[in-house]
Amino acid sequence: MASETAAIVVRPSRPAPWRDPRLRGIALQVVFVAVIAAIIGFLAYNTTVNLRRQNIATGFGFLDREAAFGIGESLIAYSPADTYARAFLVGLANTLYVSAIGIVLATILGTVMGLARLSRNWLVAKLAAIYVETFRNIPLALQLLFWWALLREVAPGPRQAWQPLPGVFVSNRGILLPVPHQDPAYLWMAVAFAIAFGIAYAVFRWARRRQAETGRQFPAGWVGLALALGLPLIVFVAHGMPLEMEWPVLRGFNFAGGTAFSPEFGALLIGLVVYTGTFIAEIVRAGILAVSWGQSEAAMALGLRPGQRMRLVVLPQALRVIIPPMTSEYLSLTKNSSLAVIIGYPDLVSIANTTMNQTGQAVEGIAMIMAVYLVISLLISLFMNLYNRSVALVER
Amino acid sequence: MSNAAEAMPGKAPVQSGARAMIEMQAVHKWYGEFHVLKDINLIVGRGEKVVVCGPSGSGKSTMIRCINRLEEHQQGRIIVSGIELTSDLKHIEAIRREVGMVFQQFNLFPHLTVLENLTLAPIWVRKLPKKEAEETARYYLERVRIPEQADKYPGQLSGGQQQRVAIARSLCMKPEIMLFDEPTSALDPEMIKEVLDVMIELAQEGMTMVCVTHEMGFARTVGDMMVFMDRGEIVERAPPAEFFANPKSERTRLFLSQILAH
Repeated sequence: MASETAAIVVRPSRPAPWRDPRLRGIALQVVFVAVIAAIIGFLAYNTTVNLRRQNIATGFGFLDREAAFGIGESLIAYSPADTYARAFLVGLANTLYVSAIGIVLATILGTVMGLARLSRNWLVAKLAAIYVETFRNIPLALQLLFWWALLREVAPGPRQAWQPLPGVFVSNRGILLPVPHQDPAYLWMAVAFAIAFGIAYAVFRWARRRQAETGRQFPAGWVGLALALGLPLIVFVAHGMPLEMEWPVLRGFNFAGGTAFSPEFGALLIGLVVYTGTFIAEIVRAGILAVSWGQSEAAMALGLRPGQRMRLVVLPQALRVIIPPMTSEYLSLTKNSSLAVIIGYPDLVSIANTTMNQTGQAVEGIAMIMAVYLVISLLISLFMNLYNRSVALVER
Repeated sequence: MSNAAEAMPGKAPVQSGARAMIEMQAVHKWYGEFHVLKDINLIVGRGEKVVVCGPSGSGKSTMIRCINRLEEHQQGRIIVSGIELTSDLKHIEAIRREVGMVFQQFNLFPHLTVLENLTLAPIWVRKLPKKEAEETARYYLERVRIPEQADKYPGQLSGGQQQRVAIARSLCMKPEIMLFDEPTSALDPEMIKEVLDVMIELAQEGMTMVCVTHEMGFARTVGDMMVFMDRGEIVERAPPAEFFANPKSERTRLFLSQILAH
């Protein structure tokens, strides 16, 4: 009986094609691609036929035409006489501007709150927990409207503007800050800062080499900080301390001078930072908790100090847990900035909306928005993946 | 290698009890309401090997973790190598430099290579030049018989190899005292021997050791004193021969009958 079974098993037999996993895989993929191609083909055909029936021109020719609408705030020169292409560029610049500042601030806020939630101080931990649980669980669109209403409706008019600090005005026209007058000293201070940075880097390398050779440590971090602050300060003093500022001044019904953030920009930035900060806080907290307590104990038993323990043992391991989800937070902050449209900040989506209303080129407009967000997202993703590779753990 | 060998700590075996390396006087500890350590008195002399055993939850791990302040005691005094353990961070740091510890779960740093695991503390705490730290590290890797694994990561090693790396990591700080907290409990049976062999060698060189372990063969071979703990108290202490031959307390007898039954 046994030998009979063995004979059956040993005989080399080809399975029928529909039972061969390899052939089945290939067949399924062919079918899948064919279905996708058919759907895309149908949609494209349907769209062109419909557009032609309604006499709507297709193509990107409209980009060269005059936009003829104003944009509230812009980082680059723009007037309604400029082209649609230029208007798109303004929107793109605004989107990148608010996203970039938002990513930096959200990372700082999130890290601080994440660490605070781990604090042994009851009050600090509870306050951080309340922050996270509140702002994480209210829809972002609602929060944006709230911040915008706060800045736009609750804030007084320019004549009764709040003045939290001398020279800083908060009114329903936005937040105004004083800026220093043009002075050659500032340029030289920037140069001094750059030089200090270079020296600090050299000191850091030297300190590392010396420690490897002699074991003696050198407070390179503190020296670097002193250089970065000290050198520009020396230049500042040497130039006779030019402290003249350009103050925002009330003129007629509005302010002149200084620099201003519009209520829309302020609301969008605060909303994005506060909202994304909650998720980053949880990611940071999870990352640090993911490093087992045994690691800290081993470091303690070896005599490492709390700072060294964090820097040499806990953080390098926490980072590899933190980086990948951090990437998706950066991506969602950037994409969420398109909610600007509901409070009227002229970001890419808002400007594309206006363009589509005026030209009727909805397909092209949407395609451009999608392409731009895709490119931005892929770029962020690329850089974060490169960084992630540098901190990843070798397992086997 | 030979000059590194001369720099080893505890080169010659010293007669036991010459000077107290660890002294615990009337130590108490509570976790909330729970009284984990009750009036612990223990003196460990230079070069002495103390083996601590007892049922789980008896407080033996907590006791040795108090010696390097991984746990805080709330009453009584602990003096290690002439320094009293108080909340003074300077004292705690000084003691931790002199006391090595090996954990049940190894606790190697997974993001560093074996060599980097061994040189981390000598470089940052002892402030040794990297080259010197690496020489010492290679010497101890040789001692624990895995010199060829220096550039691997802990995740690439077997449990027994990892625990030997952990022992070498502690030794690189040239401690005067070694604490072992159930060093073989997380190991497969065939790996226990390679770790015990290293520990026996270390004992024969005169290291002061406190081991929490249930390896009774090891206790008989190297132990100077057995300490039996139950419910937070030291119930019995005796030299191994006497401890195993005629335990005085009923609880000790019961415990020994359970672990030596097979």
